[in-house]
Amino acid sequence: MYDGNKIITGLIIFACLVTFPFLYNFGKANAKPDPKLDTPVIQQMKEKRCIETKEFMRANHMQLLDEWREAVRDGKRVYVNSSGESYKISLQNTCLKCHSNTKEFCDECHDYMSVKIYCWDCHIRVKS
Amino acid sequence: MFEKALIGNRGYWGWIALLLSIALLLSVMTIGFITYLRQLNYGLGITGMSRDVSWGLYIAQFTFLVGVAASAVMLIIPYYLHDYKKFGKIIILGEFLAISAVVMCMLFVFADLGQPFRVLNIILHPTPSSIMFWDMIVLNGYLLLNIIIGWAVLSAERNDVSPPGWVKPLIYLSIPWAISIHTVTAFLYAGLPGRHLWLTAIMAPRFLASAFASGPALLIILCLIVRRITKFDPGNEAIQTLGKIVTYAMIINIFFFALELFTVFYSKIPGHTHPFKYLFFGIEGQGKLIPWMWTAALLAIAAIILLINPGTRKNENILMAAAVGVFISTWIDKGMGLVVGGFIPNPFEEITEYLPTAPEVLITLGVWAAGLLIITMFYKITV
Amino acid sequence: MSYELKANRRQFFKILGISALSGAGSISSLFALTQHSSLSTHHLGKRWAMVVDMGKFKTEEDYKRCIDACHHIHNVPDFGNPKDEIKWIWTAPYKNAFPEQEHEYIRDDIKNKPFMVLCNHCDNPSCVRVCPTKATFKRQDGIVAMDYHRCIGCRFCMAACPYGSRSFNWRDPQPFIKEKNIEYPMRTKGVVEKCNFCEERLAEGLPPACVEACKDNKALVFGDLNNPDSEVRKILSSRYAIRRKPELGTQPGVYYIV
Repeated sequence: MYDGNKIITGLIIFACLVTFPFLYNFGKANAKPDPKLDTPVIQQMKEKRCIETKEFMRANHMQLLDEWREAVRDGKRVYVNSSGESYKISLQNTCLKCHSNTKEFCDECHDYMSVKIYCWDCHIRVKS
Repeated sequence: MFEKALIGNRGYWGWIALLLSIALLLSVMTIGFITYLRQLNYGLGITGMSRDVSWGLYIAQFTFLVGVAASAVMLIIPYYLHDYKKFGKIIILGEFLAISAVVMCMLFVFADLGQPFRVLNIILHPTPSSIMFWDMIVLNGYLLLNIIIGWAVLSAERNDVSPPGWVKPLIYLSIPWAISIHTVTAFLYAGLPGRHLWLTAIMAPRFLASAFASGPALLIILCLIVRRITKFDPGNEAIQTLGKIVTYAMIINIFFFALELFTVFYSKIPGHTHPFKYLFFGIEGQGKLIPWMWTAALLAIAAIILLINPGTRKNENILMAAAVGVFISTWIDKGMGLVVGGFIPNPFEEITEYLPTAPEVLITLGVWAAGLLIITMFYKITV
Repeated sequence: MSYELKANRRQFFKILGISALSGAGSISSLFALTQHSSLSTHHLGKRWAMVVDMGKFKTEEDYKRCIDACHHIHNVPDFGNPKDEIKWIWTAPYKNAFPEQEHEYIRDDIKNKPFMVLCNHCDNPSCVRVCPTKATFKRQDGIVAMDYHRCIGCRFCMAACPYGSRSFNWRDPQPFIKEKNIEYPMRTKGVVEKCNFCEERLAEGLPPACVEACKDNKALVFGDLNNPDSEVRKILSSRYAIRRKPELGTQPGVYYIV
């Protein structure tokens, strides 16, 4: 093999670089995200539930919010959920009324998943 | 084919000069790009634009360069429709000039967007009522056409065969297409109620006339430079014919401008006279563009005198000077003069002035450097 | 109705003819036609409009009340400099708001009197026509609205608006909003914004914020032009009202009683 040493050295360097993120985090227990629901408004609710089921929201809140963005276009400002209840379509006036703790609720998972959202460029969240 | 961009047959110093200019262009591009990142971070407030003058240097360059791109037809028509063989050597230079001009146009539009990452919304939500939608289509189409044609013609030339048959229809299509890119660009301006400087039916013809002057003028400059620093000779007659094209186009350009002046100042409709007064004389003591506009006017007249006279036109140095004059004159007139002048006075008949800021100029230079680099590469391939 | 049908048919053939002449334009003309019919509001439910009764603006406070109400409710920033300025409703002297109506001998008190100006919510909005993404669009009730999620910041609408009603976010507005209204969003840098006739309040059955702010002297009156019994229609049929730059054919929805 020509230049065998160089090739092997190169391969080792490559392998180190590629596995660096894994090795770096090895053994460190990365805390699972734990979105908090302990806002005053939620505490006071008799039946603690979102506009749809927890499972639905966890899986689909991004699509739902994306659809809600169209409210300003078609003028339909009321969302009817799967059990027929109506909610006003508004991130600030519906979602954030309960989830006022955006740092502990939204950011918790988004940070963990490295999801960068730009909602807060415009939508005001109360400092929590 | 790209390898030809990197190997040369000229002398050592020619090489050095080429490498130095490429290094220079790359550094100007880098500075421009870094400045663009700053703009991305801060917002377009980093420029001199304001609520009243909401388009500036970027859109001015865009408008001017669409003309340069369209002017390739001034070579295509004589060569392909009238079998004017003398353009054989420079036709590909014109084609590549068009490509790099369109690329610069797109970069300038991109630099001007407030939300550049959303640019695909133009395609995701197509809006045929918007002229900008059509401009996007014709510019992209023109770029594609020229890349295909340029590549096919150049490949054939290198293999000493005639271009494949399917290129001809594309070449014929590129003629009306070139006219369309500048017409549609004129329509961006010419259909807006309340912008008196722009609301004129001869905007498109004016654009085309100034394009057919500025594009070939730039080509003359490039040809003379190429001839001086390389062994490539575009041919004296070809350059002289370009000179005649510039002469006619520039005279028509000035004639159209005079037509505007007549309608505006004979009718004396205040709104229509204001932008012209602002540009050339200033209003209420404000007139940052006055020196620029008079430079454009004087250069245009001087260039026409030099070009119209065969004795001076045939002198290569004078031709070069005249071409530079035409280029600068049209660049001012159709760039800053047209775009900024259209916003002054504002809809409230108030004067808000505009001058580009340093970051704005750096970004603009960066885009020009990118365009020149593309031209250099292409010409290196060709020559 | 029948006239309108006829007019539409005539327009259809006219557009068709032009398309045939121009060759490639038939698709575009069809779009133009459909858009035209969807934009026409005369046969539809509501057409919101405003009457500005300038005689009732007497003190500086009368203007300020309306402007502040709007700008506070909509989180309009105050940069304190004209270059970055963003405004939804503001004042301009008569001679600037109505430049083509001005003459040398006009009463001084009128000539320099500040007039309330805002987006005119035109019937034929040129800003909507030029927007390449439909980020600005006309609703069936006549409101020219904006979808800030979609705006790419090309500012074609600012060039197209003959009333200077549009502002651009040249930089991040957030630090320049004094008191944030948490019921309404802000805007991000790089998008255009303007008055929305308080469509978010209309949806709740409330009048626009500026109108409510001056409800004591009724300097601003808001209502439905398609309803002959509405207050705006009553005022327009009894008093002489003008609109800004009527010669442009934009058909503004804001009327002025001088």
